[in-house]
Amino acid sequence: MNLEFTPEEQAFREEVRAFIAENYPKHLADFGMREDMAREDFVAWHKILGQKGWSVPAWPVEYGGTGWTPTQRYIWSEENARVNALMPLPFGVSMVGPVIYTFGSEEQKAKHLPGIRSGEVWWCQGYSEPGAGSDLASLKTTAVRDGDHYVINGQKTWTTLAQHADWGFFLCRTDPTAKQQEGISFILVDMKTPGVEVKPIKLLDGGYEVNETWLTDVRVPVENLVGVENKGWTYAKFLLAHERSGIAGVARSKRGVEKLREIATHETLDGQPLIKDFDFAKKVSQLEIDLAALEITELRTLAGEQAGKGPGPESSILKIKGTEIQQRLTELTLEAVGTYSAPYMGGVSNDNGSNEHPVGPDYAQHAAATYFNMRKTSIYGGSNEIQRNIITKMILGL
Amino acid sequence: MDFNFTEEQGMVRDGLSRLVREQYGFEERRKAIASAEGWRPEVWAQLAELGILGMPFSEADGGFGGGAVDAMVIMEEFGKGLVIEPFLPTVVCAGGFLKHGGTAAQKEEHIGAIVSGAAVFAFAYAEPKGRYDYADLETTAKKDGAGYVLNGHKAVVIGAPWASHLIVTARTGGERRDRSGVSVFVLAKDTPGVTTRDYVTVDGRRASEVYFENVALGADALIGAEGEGLALIELVTDEAIAALCAEACGAMKVAHAMTVEYSRQRKQFGVPIGSFQVLQHRMVDMYTAYEQAVSLTYLATLRLGSDERTRKLAVSAAKVGVGQAARLIGQEAVQIHGGNGVTDEYAIGHYFKRLTIFDSEFGNVDHHLKRHVALS
Repeated sequence: MNLEFTPEEQAFREEVRAFIAENYPKHLADFGMREDMAREDFVAWHKILGQKGWSVPAWPVEYGGTGWTPTQRYIWSEENARVNALMPLPFGVSMVGPVIYTFGSEEQKAKHLPGIRSGEVWWCQGYSEPGAGSDLASLKTTAVRDGDHYVINGQKTWTTLAQHADWGFFLCRTDPTAKQQEGISFILVDMKTPGVEVKPIKLLDGGYEVNETWLTDVRVPVENLVGVENKGWTYAKFLLAHERSGIAGVARSKRGVEKLREIATHETLDGQPLIKDFDFAKKVSQLEIDLAALEITELRTLAGEQAGKGPGPESSILKIKGTEIQQRLTELTLEAVGTYSAPYMGGVSNDNGSNEHPVGPDYAQHAAATYFNMRKTSIYGGSNEIQRNIITKMILGL
Repeated sequence: MDFNFTEEQGMVRDGLSRLVREQYGFEERRKAIASAEGWRPEVWAQLAELGILGMPFSEADGGFGGGAVDAMVIMEEFGKGLVIEPFLPTVVCAGGFLKHGGTAAQKEEHIGAIVSGAAVFAFAYAEPKGRYDYADLETTAKKDGAGYVLNGHKAVVIGAPWASHLIVTARTGGERRDRSGVSVFVLAKDTPGVTTRDYVTVDGRRASEVYFENVALGADALIGAEGEGLALIELVTDEAIAALCAEACGAMKVAHAMTVEYSRQRKQFGVPIGSFQVLQHRMVDMYTAYEQAVSLTYLATLRLGSDERTRKLAVSAAKVGVGQAARLIGQEAVQIHGGNGVTDEYAIGHYFKRLTIFDSEFGNVDHHLKRHVALS
């Protein structure tokens, strides 16, 4: 057992670092957590990586994966986090992509995987409904077979960045008589189909990143069904486990802690840098300790996966601790900026449209909006309460 | 010992509660925030009419003879409705400086105007580099004949876009962060040399960066003794903190009630989510934190007239305890509301935002823990 990188891994790090330095779009440098970008900005790095063959490292090689070891993938995400790179969005790459190559037909693989790899096609996720959040299996959106089509009706919510989406993957009830989990199907929908309507939901930070998606008599060819009818819940759970393991955000949080220390070097207390204040420094160290533990937990999980272990309770641990750490980071950043946390300079996901220089230091500009926005992380992807229920079932044996 | 409110205080509470309920609904507040003015001058006029703006002034000064407990009652009701109008900077802060440090002429000039609603004040004390230290000042007021010349930059001055007048702290002597050499001034906002940059705050209020460039002030602009202003500032800001804690208590009470109600209505897995013990215990912890916060707010309010050390210990205790409760209750309320909690549409997110910014006003939890340690 050891934590050192092999010479080959060191060489790999040099290689990807050089590639990122050479190719990452300059105008998107140090992107942070903001999402106020045009579609082309979101996919810029994704497209470059697609050409290089590095956009879907975790996929099997036959579908375009890189064949990297978990350690290499870890190095890859660390190197990207160093420059705060805007990574490919998860909806295609880590959500629907793995479902399609695992459960989809050959036609679906041929049709959809290339666009996900290249970044040309934007996907969104149609899971939650107004009445089906934590209790996802109670979803009511229906898909009724009509000849060689399904006719879909219902309302989805929290559809992240659906305003840009070309395609969506939707959970629909295809057997209303079956037990909740057993009558659900996983269906791919072209977002340009008549009857699909996307309406923005404004978030408390003032930004726009999620939507309500209304489906009214949306006719979808039956070949868009993934896998077997009424088995969608199995695929949905498979996807959620995948979503959770990416959700820890360790590398990005490490960069966030560095930034927090920088901010606390500029901020002063009694004429000294804030980071010299024991009370504040102690909190930053505590956060770093929690993050160090999470990092090793994630590496242990990755090593387990490499040895063929399926995702267990660890992926829920990663989700809970990862999001708690992300939230704590934004909380301490807010504390560090102090008085200048109050001015509103536009939400996390949209600009105030002004060319005026922000009030207060640059690093304070979105501190409050980011803190507000990141409350979502303990709610989405299966709330942290649901994660604890999952761990309860898996380990307590009660 | 007596924790009862007087009949008059009960009437003030009922009257304000009705006003907030009937005229300060969530949608009306939202409209006001989005409007060009950003507040509701007609509500301000109503507050004057109801005697609210004159409540904490003595009858001799033209007020209605109330005190800190009255201010607490008023601020708690404002907190329940997330009222944005500048009662705190105008009545508690400017009123406090005038009451405790003003000359007869200054009281004469300003208190009547505050009580009638004609004058609105903002309190310009924070600076970009000062953090929460009232003596860490780069703004200077240099003696010039009988008067002063004011230069500097004040940060995040709450209510300044609506203000007709400013209370400003500045250094008239000594070194940055010295306890002596700090002075307090009152001036009209349209005094030549005063400029502002106005903006909205994340909790729906308005504030300004206020810049002073060779602003000529007469000797009569000085409140209290030159260079001896820090003790006065500490007294008035302690009063402001007690009032602010009362506002936070009002907001926490509503945030808790909304969360309990949501947990009753929202069904998942075929039952109200409020039936889950995990959520029940968290709402109990919120409630407990709220009750403790109310107690600390009473303690601080009732100790405002005590000796300096007793007062500061009680006020810092309140700012710490209420700050911690505000964070806990704000975060848990959002979490229990699920996705709806992070939307702009639901009121709970707006309570959360107000309760968040509370911590950064007049010193955060860490700042007041340090002050408590230093006095213990």
